[in-house]
Amino acid sequence: MIPANVHAATAPGAVVLRALGLGVERNGATLLTDISFEVRRGELLAIIGPNGAGKSTLLGALAGDIEPSAGSVELDGRPLTELVARDVARLRAVLPQQLSIAFPFTVREIVAMGRNPWLDDRDDAVVAAAMQRLDVTHLAERTYPTLSVGEQARTSLARVLAQETPLLLLDEPTAALDIGQQEKMLTITRGLVNEGHAVVAVLHDLNVARRHADKVLVVHAGRSVAYGTPHDVLVADRLSSVYDHPIRVIETRDGTPYITPGE
Amino acid sequence: MISRETGKPMTTRRRPNTLVVGVVLAALLVVVTVVSLASGAYRIGIGDVVRILLDGPTRTSTDPVAHGVFWQVRLPRVALAVVVGASLALAGVIMQGIFRNPLAEPATVGVSAGASVGAVIAIIIGANALPLGVQVAAFFGGTLATALVYALSRHGGRTEVVTLILTGIAINAFAGAVIGFSVFIADDAQIRSVTFWSLGTLGLATWRTVAAVLPLGILGVVMSARFARVLDTLALGDRSAGHLGVRVESVRLQAIAVVGLLASSAVGATGMIAFVGLLVPHIMRILIGPRHRHLLWTAALLGASVTMLADLAARTLLAPAELPLGVVTALIGAPFFLVLLRTTRRAEGGWG
Repeated sequence: MIPANVHAATAPGAVVLRALGLGVERNGATLLTDISFEVRRGELLAIIGPNGAGKSTLLGALAGDIEPSAGSVELDGRPLTELVARDVARLRAVLPQQLSIAFPFTVREIVAMGRNPWLDDRDDAVVAAAMQRLDVTHLAERTYPTLSVGEQARTSLARVLAQETPLLLLDEPTAALDIGQQEKMLTITRGLVNEGHAVVAVLHDLNVARRHADKVLVVHAGRSVAYGTPHDVLVADRLSSVYDHPIRVIETRDGTPYITPGE
Repeated sequence: MISRETGKPMTTRRRPNTLVVGVVLAALLVVVTVVSLASGAYRIGIGDVVRILLDGPTRTSTDPVAHGVFWQVRLPRVALAVVVGASLALAGVIMQGIFRNPLAEPATVGVSAGASVGAVIAIIIGANALPLGVQVAAFFGGTLATALVYALSRHGGRTEVVTLILTGIAINAFAGAVIGFSVFIADDAQIRSVTFWSLGTLGLATWRTVAAVLPLGILGVVMSARFARVLDTLALGDRSAGHLGVRVESVRLQAIAVVGLLASSAVGATGMIAFVGLLVPHIMRILIGPRHRHLLWTAALLGASVTMLADLAARTLLAPAELPLGVVTALIGAPFFLVLLRTTRRAEGGWG
């Protein structure tokens, strides 16, 4: 998807996103404290944690929606605050948890909105490729409200893809999807990562995080409690304490671990 | 065809080609213009319309009465209808785009009322003696009302329909009170002028009024063209638009200034003409879809035709008496607004 000329500056494996001692306060309440990590090209970082832990706030701070009260966010080696809006939009795209669209735009029109930071002669081709990839080409002339939840999610991701950014921030990309749609979305996301995108995804399903993520960041009460590979991070003791409920990691017959509630 | 995933029949309704729609709208504008120029208390044949037009404003080789009526009364009136109708429709499109809401319109949210108050105050204090005094006052009143609606009805980066409509009610009520008080303290001549503002009419159109409104209308059209793409992205919501590199607040402020410019200059020239800004964008959105690049210019074309048609009805239905134009547009527009209100409410699952 990414033409060589666009992101030549960021070589494969280069750090695209870096959070340094990130803290967020709002109305006197501390929402995030001292969060640091980095995401490289070809890497999928899953952010997990219980409800209200600060996952969405963290994603908002990474996206530039929320101004951090401490620390900084660096995109492609430069502080987010020093980049102009259009350059930021060329470096990172954001998939919101739910997209409500005010007027009955068609799928093609919505995907084309992703081209806003570029607007060049490749627009039509990129939009067509993004729709193809998310399997929404046959829906191109349908209006968004008439789509099923799965079709809306894929349209949304196609729009994010059309933005041609090295970094993708996904806020619960599989929420409200059935297991088939969920796997479809994750397979596509994994494919993007393998092609060299960096992806940060807030995920609810621990098994999804374990199977698809390269790194996992566990957020609890606004703090980073663990950061590393799924194998190291997703262990029964830690999960049980973070989620305040007994959680087991059992080994299935083919040897892959499976995370499940229970003693 | 049946959708693979929803199992529902696919409702892929091909939108008509924008070029075809544009040609039809342009043809409609020409026909309505010619009919408007021909009809009225003094009938001028369609053939004569063309002849008198070709004669020019000074030569009077044909029927001198027809010539005078045409150049001094009818043509400025038709020209004003075109400019005001296009301005109101454009203002409606932009306002609905920035508020992400199909119910926003200069009249319903109180911008037109604000402009009327400005104009009425100008009349009462005698500022209408100054060149463009009323227009300037209407502009300030309208822009102030726009800023007020914006500040009051947005919460947490979004506009709730119910707050928007209620803000409009409050501003309209306040404007009604100011206009009522103005009538109370006004002398007879002023009362006539004030009544004119509150009802809306093209009956006092002169070339001078056209000359006052035209540059503002053109400026508004040119400026609105710049927003076409950005207004599309705003449909995704402020946050997502921002993620696409749009500087949302700055764009919204500029767009509001353009709405103030268009709506206020229109109201300044003709008084309050309600619902054109609501009805026209809605019809065009159904016909060609919500993309602003085409919505803006097609709505301007249709707005011009609709306003001319409404004015034609206003001056011919009860001829020789003349209905105020604002009354005609409200008679047609208000029921339409109710239907729209119901469908929007249903789409949003009720307002609790």
